Amino acid sequence: MGEFKVHRVRFFDYMPSAIRTMAFNSQTERLAVARADGAVEIFNFNDNFFQEKVIPGQDGRATEALCWVGHRLFSAGLNGEITEYDLENLRPQYTVDAYGGPIWTISSNSQGTQLAVGCEDGTVKIFAILEERIQFQRNLNRHKGRIISLCWHPSSAQIAAGMTDMIKIFDAETGHATRRLLVDRAMGASKNKEVVVWSVGYLSDHTIISGDSAGKVQIWNGLTGTLVRTYLVTKWDVLSLVINASQDESSVIAGTSEGTVIQFQFISSTVDQHDKEWVRTRTFRNHSHDVSALAHTDTAVVSGGMDTQLVVRPLLDKVEKNTQESALRKIAFPHRSLVGCAKKAGLLLFQFPDRLELWKLGESEGHVCLMYPYFVCRFLQGEDHICCSALSACGGWLAYSTVSSVRLYRIQYNNTISINKVSKLPKELRSVHQLCFSSDSSKLFASSCQSSVIVVAVSQQECRYLHTLKHKTGEWKARMHLLCASDDGKWLATANTDCEIHIYNLHKMKLHCMVPVYNSCPTTIAIHPVTNNLISVHADQQIFEFSLVQKEYTQWSRRLQAQGLLSLWLERDTPITHITFNPKNPDHIILHDTYMFCIIDQSLPFPELNAVLWNQMTLKSLPVSQRIGQSHAFKICKSFQHLMCVSLLEDLSLVVVERPLLDIMSQLPAPVRQKKFAT
Amino acid sequence: MAALYEGYTLCGLVPDQNLSSSGIQGIEEERDRDHVVVTDSTRSVTLYKVSDQKPLGSWTVKQGQKLTCPAVFNSQTNEYVAVTDNKVIRIWKEDDILLDKAFKATVSSDVWKVHCTHGGEPVVLFQRGAVRLLDSLLAAPQQPIEEVLAQEEAIRWSTIIVAETQQFIIITTEQKGEHFLYLQRLNPNSVQRYRLEREEPGLSPLSFSATYRDKHICLLYLYPNGHVYQSVLSVRGLGTEEGVQALPLPRSLLLGLPVGDGQLEAASAMALDEAHVAVVGVPHPSAGGGKDFLCIWNTNFQTLQAGKEMAGKIYGQLWSYSNKVFIPHGKTLSIIPFECPKSSLASALGKLKHTKTEGELNQTCYTLSTTNLTTDQVLELIKTAPVEEIQKEVEGFLTRAEFQDLQPSVGQLALTLVSRSLADPAFYSSSTLAQLVHTRCLCHSVCPDLVLLALEKKDYFLCQLCLQFFPDIPEAVTCACLKAFISPTSSVVNDRQTRAEDVKKKASAPSQLSCPVGLHKAVLINEILQTPYSDTFLLPHLKDLSSQHVMLFLQYLQFLYLKYSQDAFPQMEGFRSPSLSQIMDWVCLLLDAHFTVLVMTPEAKGLLLNLHRFVKSQVRLVSELGKIEGSLQELRKMKAKESIGQYSIEIIELF
Repeated sequence: MGEFKVHRVRFFDYMPSAIRTMAFNSQTERLAVARADGAVEIFNFNDNFFQEKVIPGQDGRATEALCWVGHRLFSAGLNGEITEYDLENLRPQYTVDAYGGPIWTISSNSQGTQLAVGCEDGTVKIFAILEERIQFQRNLNRHKGRIISLCWHPSSAQIAAGMTDMIKIFDAETGHATRRLLVDRAMGASKNKEVVVWSVGYLSDHTIISGDSAGKVQIWNGLTGTLVRTYLVTKWDVLSLVINASQDESSVIAGTSEGTVIQFQFISSTVDQHDKEWVRTRTFRNHSHDVSALAHTDTAVVSGGMDTQLVVRPLLDKVEKNTQESALRKIAFPHRSLVGCAKKAGLLLFQFPDRLELWKLGESEGHVCLMYPYFVCRFLQGEDHICCSALSACGGWLAYSTVSSVRLYRIQYNNTISINKVSKLPKELRSVHQLCFSSDSSKLFASSCQSSVIVVAVSQQECRYLHTLKHKTGEWKARMHLLCASDDGKWLATANTDCEIHIYNLHKMKLHCMVPVYNSCPTTIAIHPVTNNLISVHADQQIFEFSLVQKEYTQWSRRLQAQGLLSLWLERDTPITHITFNPKNPDHIILHDTYMFCIIDQSLPFPELNAVLWNQMTLKSLPVSQRIGQSHAFKICKSFQHLMCVSLLEDLSLVVVERPLLDIMSQLPAPVRQKKFAT
Repeated sequence: MAALYEGYTLCGLVPDQNLSSSGIQGIEEERDRDHVVVTDSTRSVTLYKVSDQKPLGSWTVKQGQKLTCPAVFNSQTNEYVAVTDNKVIRIWKEDDILLDKAFKATVSSDVWKVHCTHGGEPVVLFQRGAVRLLDSLLAAPQQPIEEVLAQEEAIRWSTIIVAETQQFIIITTEQKGEHFLYLQRLNPNSVQRYRLEREEPGLSPLSFSATYRDKHICLLYLYPNGHVYQSVLSVRGLGTEEGVQALPLPRSLLLGLPVGDGQLEAASAMALDEAHVAVVGVPHPSAGGGKDFLCIWNTNFQTLQAGKEMAGKIYGQLWSYSNKVFIPHGKTLSIIPFECPKSSLASALGKLKHTKTEGELNQTCYTLSTTNLTTDQVLELIKTAPVEEIQKEVEGFLTRAEFQDLQPSVGQLALTLVSRSLADPAFYSSSTLAQLVHTRCLCHSVCPDLVLLALEKKDYFLCQLCLQFFPDIPEAVTCACLKAFISPTSSVVNDRQTRAEDVKKKASAPSQLSCPVGLHKAVLINEILQTPYSDTFLLPHLKDLSSQHVMLFLQYLQFLYLKYSQDAFPQMEGFRSPSLSQIMDWVCLLLDAHFTVLVMTPEAKGLLLNLHRFVKSQVRLVSELGKIEGSLQELRKMKAKESIGQYSIEIIELF
């Protein structure tokens, strides 16, 4: 296949934000994860844990708690506000101030009619959930000290509230406290330190389970207010605790500051006995730092915390062993590309939540670096965080967007670099989810609300609104999360989270066709510059090639589907986030995930089902004459890891942007001290 | 006059079954004058510290492989280079244990030898005459190697010479009975070929030796008929006419050595300096036909300067590094120190001009061995004659005596002198005794009263000499010397009583720290610190020191220690100053002997506290080092991971 010059870039110091809290919706199988920077991410557990939505964060929005009510997502934070999110347009829909100081916790009753929030001032406030909004109903009796945790009884008649040194049970009707459960402080030196009940759970049989800052998980009888059992699980804090409420309430998991997750199960301690009790069963150790967020799905424990990784740990008694389902999954990077690459100009655009960085790549003669890459400029964004950005292929235009506005810059490279903000933008460009320039940099495409694409002409003189592309007028549809224009300027492909891919004819400015809907969300799409075929890769790792002219899947795609992809390919746990093509060899498709990049050679046969997928080492050891017989279409290179971007420049050199996990780890704060042997 | 001193054994040999070769391929100087690398003729290379006569390291190639060239030491990189099985170049460092794991490279042509000068880059000489610098050869080991020599021409001997900054490879070859010499200059490369004049038909040179002096290369070669020729090659003007046509090489007969009956077989001649030649395997002119002699001849005056019979067979091999001759004989490899003072006619004839009257000089010069006094006569003389006469006669005796019979007679002379001095308090001949000690043929056990006598007479210069040259001074005597040196009564030690070597004093008694003892005392004490001793025997004698002396001595030792730890290491080669460990050993011994007394002495408190603090810091340092020892070892074991910076450009290949 040949040699490639690789620009190995490691100066994208992307730092994911810590996971603060999460909520799992067992009806839709969606997990909402809130990060410390205020961003909320939605993962689809039905579709290979694909991160289908990201609501950008905001400075000062410290989300402390998330709560699903049906399809609606609410959050509350230390700014004292309750927020409902618009999950279609990916922005806060409205916020309501609870007037109780910082909010520590939020919980809804099982009917989904009421929201309870726990405030700093010691009140539990009840809000009624109405269509399109929430309304304050009343306060429960106020007590001294902040409310840290809340849990409704499934009957909605009682609420358990965790606070410092105690747990109180309120009658939801009257608002009176009916029971007071005193929680022991930690033994020894920290005796005079108050204990904080970080988390409570309330079961249908009136059992209350609490986790506290003294490292205890305690099981109480809520009817009598007596302590049933205490498990000391850590020397530090038990930060989070969650019950598998959607099932039989027989399992509880607790996350600690040490990075462990401990499972308790309601089972009979000996085989032949029928009286069940809560027993500590499993310990999972997948985190290096605080586990501050937990979710309990039917089959798995989902955990996240300070170390920024989302870990899905299947419970092996609930899933079939040695299948893809039983594999541990760690999600460390976003499932979208944060790096833009101007192929003609050799520029890289790095997207951070609060800023953009533009870098010029170095030049080299073979291995010898003639010019080092240099930093071009930084675009600082204010309070709202950046949701998407785009760089034109010539490097002359740069656009980015927040939830509320779009900015467009003209960058000129003479002897000096001049950057001019285009001040007058068409009013249609306001709230966009995805931006994309045409290959000749004359047009900017922006996916807007109501599933439309706005086409804007950009030129030296002006920025002019041209057209709005819509496939069905008036119908509320999912937003476009992917945009892709063809090299010849004739086609535009869009993909949305409903798994639909639409093709527009830009000459006629109307819908050309729709690709048959596949049941997995496309993670990236690209239009081949020579053949004008659309390549789409989906969350379940399937690859399709669709001919735009013939409006049908190509022969190659059909053959691939007929033969099937190798299981090693299908079992990869990070999605393909970017596709590029080799201008010199139209047969080559270059795509990458976090752990590898792959060049698919369409002229070569697919690997047999029993063949070795990663056969580069084998091929290397073979004499040249025998290689051709052994090689197959998938050329996989794993020498670069934790890839943020792989792209092919115009001079046929590869750009590889790496962000090693070790570097991220090394920037995390020190974990709590743990006694290791002989230290 | 040139002299050969008492030799010592470096190692044993494993010669061939038929004693045809010594089992040693080569000896090369290592990092300094005191280290040599010995390559045996089969499989192993050993590093020796010469003064300790002990091996420091040894490397062996696998069974079936064979070292085909002596290992050389590349002092630029501190690596050893050797060749196995003619074609495999091996390079290793001192801490490599297994030679098989070390670097190796196979070259395309047979290697004759690797040559390396101290501080220079190794040069590889191929059997067919081509020459390459090692680095350029290793850059492409399989590069084609041209043939320089003609057909049927073979290398007999080769060496490397540094002339000013230029390196020269000298090769002698043989082709159909004719002998040629190639002078190959490196960098820029040029070669000149010379033809050696024919000796009697059928005679080939037995040995060559080349030296560089006065901008000329002197080549010395020995024929089996005992003729030693010298040819002088100019370094300048070389390379003007490149070519293979061989210039005739002019020669001059330097020596006609006596060969006895028959011709020489295993013999070798080597130039020691411009006037002296060491010859081995040639009969001693006054000792019949035996050829197992090592002799030094003066070529200016054609006189035999020194001779030594070597036990066992002589293999005709000879090396010389820093005034030591390395000679394999019988089943041992011996090292014989020698001395070649500037030659003068007088010394060549065995007579130095001293304070003798002209008549005496004439007499001794021209009646060489007839009227000289024998040992017995001198001994008789010592018993009665005045100091001056004794001095004169002993001097004369020493200059004409052969080295090997000097040892017993010197002992006798010293013994008689000492006993007379003891018996007659008025008689004391310091200079004669010093002269006798200087011969290095004396030791304490031969003349046990000498040191004490010198102490009694307050002859500190002699004491110093004895401490320096006697290897076997008992601990009691050492202690007595120490006591005498350190006691305040000896503070009148003056300049003339210690050796007036300014440099040395500077080295041992620096100015910026206040030295608790005087300069001369310091020199003497330093000498004591360097004498060999055994703790158990020394300890009881140390207990005899008074607490004031102990204090003073400790202060001085502390001063030395601080001095040493301040300057990186002020010891310079050639200066006699104690090593750090010697100082520490003495501090420990002294504290062991006097600890209880010192604890009770109020004046010692500060000193002890200082020492305690120092020991504490050392213990802490060592324990900290111990803690990280494991990690450091792991670090060393760890493969240096290629560090990837923030940005790099790489080439990958996909198949």
